[in-house]
Formats: sequence, structure tokens, C-alpha cells
Amino acid sequence: MSYSFYPGCSAHSTGLEYGLSTLATFQHLGLELEELDKWNCCGASSAHALGHHILSLALPARNLAIAQEAGRDLVTACAACFSRLKGADHTLRNDPEVRDEVESVVGFNFTGEVTVRPVLAVLYEDCGLEKITAHVQRPLTGLKVVTYYGCLLVRPPEVTQFDDPDDPQVMTELLRAVGAEVKPWSYATDCCGAGLSLSRSDIVYSLVDRLTERAREAGAHAMATACPLCQLNLEMRQSSKSKMPVFFFTELLGLAFGLSEVKNWWTKHLIDPRPLLRSVGLAK
Amino acid sequence: MTNNMISEAMRLSGQEIELCYHCHKCAAGCPIVDAMEYGPDRLLRMLALDQRDAVLRSRDIWLCAGCYTCATRCPNDIDISAVMDALRQLAVTEGYPAGERDALLFHKLFLGVVQRLGRSHEAAMLGLFKILSRVPIYRDLGSGVALIRRGKVPILPEKSGAAPEVQQIFRRSK
Repeated sequence: MSYSFYPGCSAHSTGLEYGLSTLATFQHLGLELEELDKWNCCGASSAHALGHHILSLALPARNLAIAQEAGRDLVTACAACFSRLKGADHTLRNDPEVRDEVESVVGFNFTGEVTVRPVLAVLYEDCGLEKITAHVQRPLTGLKVVTYYGCLLVRPPEVTQFDDPDDPQVMTELLRAVGAEVKPWSYATDCCGAGLSLSRSDIVYSLVDRLTERAREAGAHAMATACPLCQLNLEMRQSSKSKMPVFFFTELLGLAFGLSEVKNWWTKHLIDPRPLLRSVGLAK
Repeated sequence: MTNNMISEAMRLSGQEIELCYHCHKCAAGCPIVDAMEYGPDRLLRMLALDQRDAVLRSRDIWLCAGCYTCATRCPNDIDISAVMDALRQLAVTEGYPAGERDALLFHKLFLGVVQRLGRSHEAAMLGLFKILSRVPIYRDLGSGVALIRRGKVPILPEKSGAAPEVQQIFRRSK
């Protein structure tokens, strides 16, 4: 199976190991990702936060136009990019007036043939748990994690159409399929503070501290996430002395598959996960 | 009487704000409400009471993280996140000083970089934010250096090939 891939800006910068581990796990599973030619930034939260309604739709729509040409489903790793791409797709499908305007700004005709999907959905739906388990070389036995989705993969549900917005299960099932011990908790979709991290780090520290505290209470050693901004905030804004590592779920799949590249991912983290991995016999 | 605050916010956001019956589910779920002056529920009430000045000056509209918790939980399907977008737009167009100056600065810098390069470029954006914001310049320097050393904040921007078309989109979207 092959897909168009929209890495998003973070996969080339602050979320480097997310991009790398996504490409590596997909390749290992025989799923082809072809990077979208000349893709542009989706506008993130800034385009719509300033009320530039048409711009906030036209920026992601240009990527939809390129994906339409390529004729494959559009897969994205970043939760915020997914939200913008899927949100634009939703508006173009349901609001003919706005569609006309966005089409003329971008210079394309929207056909609706492309489906925008997060990496999690492709692995869960197209690859499936059975095949993923079959690829396990090194079960993640003893690694206790909570899964953290953040906001934009599951909200608003009429747009995202992915998993359960209150109690999502896809990441949990994927990680259990590779042997990790996923602890139940109630904070999987609570916000980390997102883009407030620079201007109001105090707020983000308090949200992140609460999340890591709850994760510890749930019995987890680490968190697993599918959003590069969440991962950055979670590793950068912990105020307690003992730091909890935060993995991209694709890194954990890669580790279980026995991929040799994993050692290049761990060194990208702000909180080194290797001491934890050593303690459970998953790293040297 | 069509030009009052609530009808303007409804027109811009496309949301039926009048349906709000103040169940407080939005405020109860809002992750940022502790840092806000009013919170989402009271802001909607203030719109109905035409308290334009207080709403557009408030820091709350700039503190909203856009997490869609309120929008997902509202029993009347009001997308309060979209209302917040509309209120920020009004505050900027009408020249109100942003209740959170640095939040506005962040969005403007981010879009400025995207407009020029077609993609985000953290080094440029973070550098400008450091110089122009009121956040003390020494804050986050350690993390900044750690990110640069890990190759996660490339100093030079990527050549995406998308810039000319993106610039055109910015011009046409005005």
C-alpha cells in the first residue's frame, strides 16, 4: 500500500525523531510513504487564531490539491497538521460557498477523492494489530506507559472522525500489540497548553506537571504520544526533578520491531529515555 | 439592531451563540480557565450583554489554546473555539491592545515566517520572539541550546519550493 505523506514542519525540526521513526516503521511494515511534493505549512493554529478564515483553509487546501494530483490518501504524522488538513477537507466538502472561494485562491478544483488520515489510523486500520504483532522482535515487556493523544487528533469529532474523543483506544491497542504495558488513565485527551508554551510557559508548566503527575499515579514510567508539539511541551515543561521521558508511539513500535535506527532517535530527546529503557532491559 | 456584539460575533464565527443556556460545561472543561479573567461561558454572556470593550480587551481570548474541549462538550453545538477566533480577529481589526501581547506576537511572527518561506522556520521565529517579546531573554536558553545541539532547530531554512505559491495565497486571501 502506498500513501502521500505530509510530514509537517515539526517532523523536520523539533519533532525530528517522530518523522524519522514514522518513515522507518512504515518502511519496515511494507507501507510506502511518498513525501508530498513542495508541500507548505498548514498555517497551524496561527492562521485561524487571528481570524484569517480563508487563509486558514487555503494553506492546507494547497496541500490537498497536491495530494489530489498524486491520487493517494494523505497521511500525516503531526496532530495539528492533521487537524488543519482534515478541517479544510471537512469545510470544502460541506460549505460550497467557502469551497468556491478557497478553490479560486488556491487555483484548483476540489474533488474530495483524497482522504486525510493520521499515521495512527493507517497503522491500525490498514496494517492491523495482527500484522504488527507478527513483526515484533523484541516485545516491550515491562515498559509501563500511558498513551497521550492531546487535543487535535480527536477533537472536534465531527471533523476528525477518528477514535473516541473521550476515551481513545487506537494507540493503546497498537502499543499493547507490541508488548508494552499500557496503563489506564483519564487524561489522554487533556490539553498540554500547545502554542502558549513560549508566551505563557507558566500555564504550560502547570498543565504538563499535572499530566506527568497523573501518569505516575497511573503507574507509568513514560508517556507515548502522537503529536510533536505535545511531545516537545511534555519534555520541555516538566518542573519536577525526576523527569518522565515522552516517546512518540512510532519510536516504541520501531524499538519492538528491533530496528537498529532507534539509537539515533533516543539522542534527539530532551529527556534521555535510555536509563529507563536500560532498567527494563530494552537498551544496552 | 443587527450590529450589536453578539450578532457580529455570530456572523464572523458562523456560530449560534444565542443558543447558549449557560450550563458551564465549556468552563468546566477548559484547561486554561484558571488563568482567565472570565472563562468561556461568561465571555459568551458578555457578548449577549454587548460588553464589547471588556470582551475585546480581555486576555481570555488570547489565552484560549484552541483545544476544542468546549466545542466538543457544548450541548448546543456551539464551536466556542471558532467564536474565540472571531473575537481575536475583531480585537485586531479594531486596534484593541491584545490582552496577552506576546500571544499575538507569536501568531504574527509565525505567519510572517510562513508567508516568506512557505514553511515554518523555528530558528527565525524563536529568535525574533526572543527579541520582541516581553518574556525575559534568558528564559528557555538552556532548552534552546539543547534543541540546536540535537539538530532540531536548523539555523538555515529549508528550500521547500512552495514559497511563491504560498505568497500568492496570502495575497489572494486578503
